[in-house]
Amino acid sequence: MIRMPRLSLDLPAIEVTDLRKRYGQVEALAGLTMSVGRGEVFGFLGANGAGKTTTVKLLLGLARPTAGTGKVLGAPLGDLATRRKVGYLPELFRYQPWLKAREVLTLHAELMGMPRARRKAAAGEALGIVGLQERADDLVGGFSKGMQQRLGLATALLGDPALVVLDEPTSALDPVGRVDVRGIVRGAADRGAAVFLNSHLLSEVEQVCDRVAILDHGRVVASGNLDDVLGRAETQIRVTGLSASDLPAIERFGPPSLTDDMLAIRPMDAVAVPDLVATLVSMGARVHEVRSGRMSLEQRFLDLVARDRPPPGTPSATRLR
Amino acid sequence: MITIAKLTIGEAARRRVLWVLVGLAAVAIALTAWGVSSLVSTARDDGVSDLEIKFVVSQILIFIAFMFGFVLVMTAASFGSPAIASDLETGVAQAMLARPLTRSSYLLGRWLGLAIVLVAYSTAMGLLAIGVVGLVSGYIPPDPILPVAYLAGQALVLLSLTILLSTRLPAIAGGAIAVVAYGLAWMAGVIGKIGLAMGATSLVTVAEASRYILPTDALWQGVVFGLEPSFVINAVEDEFARSSPFFADSPPPIGLVIWSVLWVALVLALAVSQLRRREL
Repeated sequence: MIRMPRLSLDLPAIEVTDLRKRYGQVEALAGLTMSVGRGEVFGFLGANGAGKTTTVKLLLGLARPTAGTGKVLGAPLGDLATRRKVGYLPELFRYQPWLKAREVLTLHAELMGMPRARRKAAAGEALGIVGLQERADDLVGGFSKGMQQRLGLATALLGDPALVVLDEPTSALDPVGRVDVRGIVRGAADRGAAVFLNSHLLSEVEQVCDRVAILDHGRVVASGNLDDVLGRAETQIRVTGLSASDLPAIERFGPPSLTDDMLAIRPMDAVAVPDLVATLVSMGARVHEVRSGRMSLEQRFLDLVARDRPPPGTPSATRLR
Repeated sequence: MITIAKLTIGEAARRRVLWVLVGLAAVAIALTAWGVSSLVSTARDDGVSDLEIKFVVSQILIFIAFMFGFVLVMTAASFGSPAIASDLETGVAQAMLARPLTRSSYLLGRWLGLAIVLVAYSTAMGLLAIGVVGLVSGYIPPDPILPVAYLAGQALVLLSLTILLSTRLPAIAGGAIAVVAYGLAWMAGVIGKIGLAMGATSLVTVAEASRYILPTDALWQGVVFGLEPSFVINAVEDEFARSSPFFADSPPPIGLVIWSVLWVALVLALAVSQLRRREL
């Protein structure tokens, strides 16, 4: 039997196993295992100090792991040649203030090893994606924080990288900018890039990511696609005139449970809600309120991350990590 | 490394500080030319011999070299101390080091760019000063390239030291430490010369050791020797006059000059190793 070599395109963009990082007495990352596929937008969530930026630095070779192994685009962590195919927007985004926006991008293109003939066009393209083409010849020192973050996003997208690592990409952007970034991120994924989105803005992650991992105290406490992490949609109906004996008649919508006057069917797709209401009314029940949806990422995040924390205001509620 | 060196040269050229320094040096050279010209014409009117005028002008040149050397050292410290530290503090370095750029290429590129700027600045201003003084007084040192090269060497030593400190310390701290170290090395050189005149071997030993720890004073000896006319060297016989930091009867030993080059290489190797070990 001929064994075919595994194509690099089949390999995950990121694959880490039991990755650990310790800074003195502080364990910033305590055994991270995860995989991010090509063409996927992966949301990496966590409170401040959970270990998100440490993970990014380990993936990019800016810091060395204390233990564990990992691969980025099929090469070991920190591999120099692989960085040609990785775009990065740092959390602390600062670029040479004395350079023009276009020059920052041509500098990064040169550092990537892009042929000279392609640099100017690639820079213009990246500036166009983030909406900075009008400011291409302005000095970065005169840019607002939001514009500098857009410029950082342009450097991350420069040259169509196979992996884009974005560390808090909308922290300095206004609501319009945030919507733009969602489109840009999806666009990169549609072009086949894996996007590793490090954020604590949960609504942003919920709207753009295919899969998420929630990090707490350096450990992944939940991961998977949004359905896995959030659970499937459910329907809750405040209803009177319904008894437990009526429940078998509505089991075709999903497993029902009735507590006082609150009927819950979990899981249940929202598209079936009108039929369920019609059935309940035909059974003689009176419907007062209908709520359909699933737990928000914020609720789930708080459940996972804040459950072992003291209430705010108590001295130990302040995290120093 | 070349990309970073080009970037660093571009940064220096676009920032005002370099042009301010060039402007100030040009003003200083113009004032020196005027002063030397006035002095020489007054001296000639008073019947002072050409030899005496040469002597005075050579001493003025040595004093100017001392002042210019100090400006160069300060410039090297102010360019070198933030070169790595500020880039790391602001995050500019992290964005570049996430590219296929090794930390050694980044650091050596920063050093090379600043070294080119400093050597170009010291050569241009040094030769201009010597040339202008020569034009108005008729005195040109025996080998004008030599003192300028030693001045540039001093700046490169300080630049290397501040780059090393910059890998671990904030810019202000690194710059201050480097300038103080330069001052101490200069003072050790003066004390060593006094020790030699007095026959105090322990002082001479300390001064010799300091020349290996930070070889700026050895290079200063080269500057003075390069500007000193040979008749002055032969004429000064008094031991204490010969112990002046503004007098040198010989160039620095070739071993010390080679050591200065090696010192720069070793300090840069140490700086690369420090930066490699640093968590970004």
